Amino acid sequence: MIELVVHVLVLIGLIISAVLTITFKDLLAAALASGVFSLLISVEFYILQAPDVAISQAAVGAGLTTAIFIIAIRATQRFEGETE
Amino acid sequence: MRMSKIVRTATDILYPFIIIFGFYIILHGHLTPGGGFQGGAVVATGTALVLVAYSWKELPGLVSKNLLWFQESGGLLLFIGAGLAAMIIGFPFFYNWLAGSGSIFGTPVAFGPNPGDLNTGGFLPIMNIAVGVEVWGGLVMVLLYLLSALEREERA
Repeated sequence: MIELVVHVLVLIGLIISAVLTITFKDLLAAALASGVFSLLISVEFYILQAPDVAISQAAVGAGLTTAIFIIAIRATQRFEGETE
Repeated sequence: MRMSKIVRTATDILYPFIIIFGFYIILHGHLTPGGGFQGGAVVATGTALVLVAYSWKELPGLVSKNLLWFQESGGLLLFIGAGLAAMIIGFPFFYNWLAGSGSIFGTPVAFGPNPGDLNTGGFLPIMNIAVGVEVWGGLVMVLLYLLSALEREERA
């Protein structure tokens, strides 16, 4: 029962974070929402009994990709649609 | 280029644990979930945390480009060398003659359900270590080149 509740909560969180990723105009917030999406989907992989995939998703998706996005935002501009 | 003091303090506390957890995943690759790639990615994530929180010029020891290049090449050479070591003795390529031989990583595996022994697996732990070192070097090098391009942009 508790497993089902956690599963449903993770799925709801996945949908919310995915919608937030595409609606944020602040690109730093969008990158962090995408990191939260990766973290939640690694929890989902763990619930579906694929711990191997969950570890690589948490490390690469939530850690490295977010860091690369933050570096790219630092090099360009923070808000969508800005022109220099 | 540096982040706030909160981020830097949290990084100082967290990054040794992340890196040691990565080494744990690499070393226990033949017993528990994970392995060379996953552990190497976790170690690279810990290093990336330090790289993003600090300016990379403040960290000469952790992220020297020569050391990372050496890690990447050395990991690949160790991997292919472990495969070729079987051919020198006369077995097929990648034959696991170390498993069960009694030397390093050579304890025979106990029959039936057991908690697992670290000193088993033959060439598998060696290959996990090789892949882990290689992935660690490669991923940190990607981040380092991105950051150095950013610094050049800011100076110009």
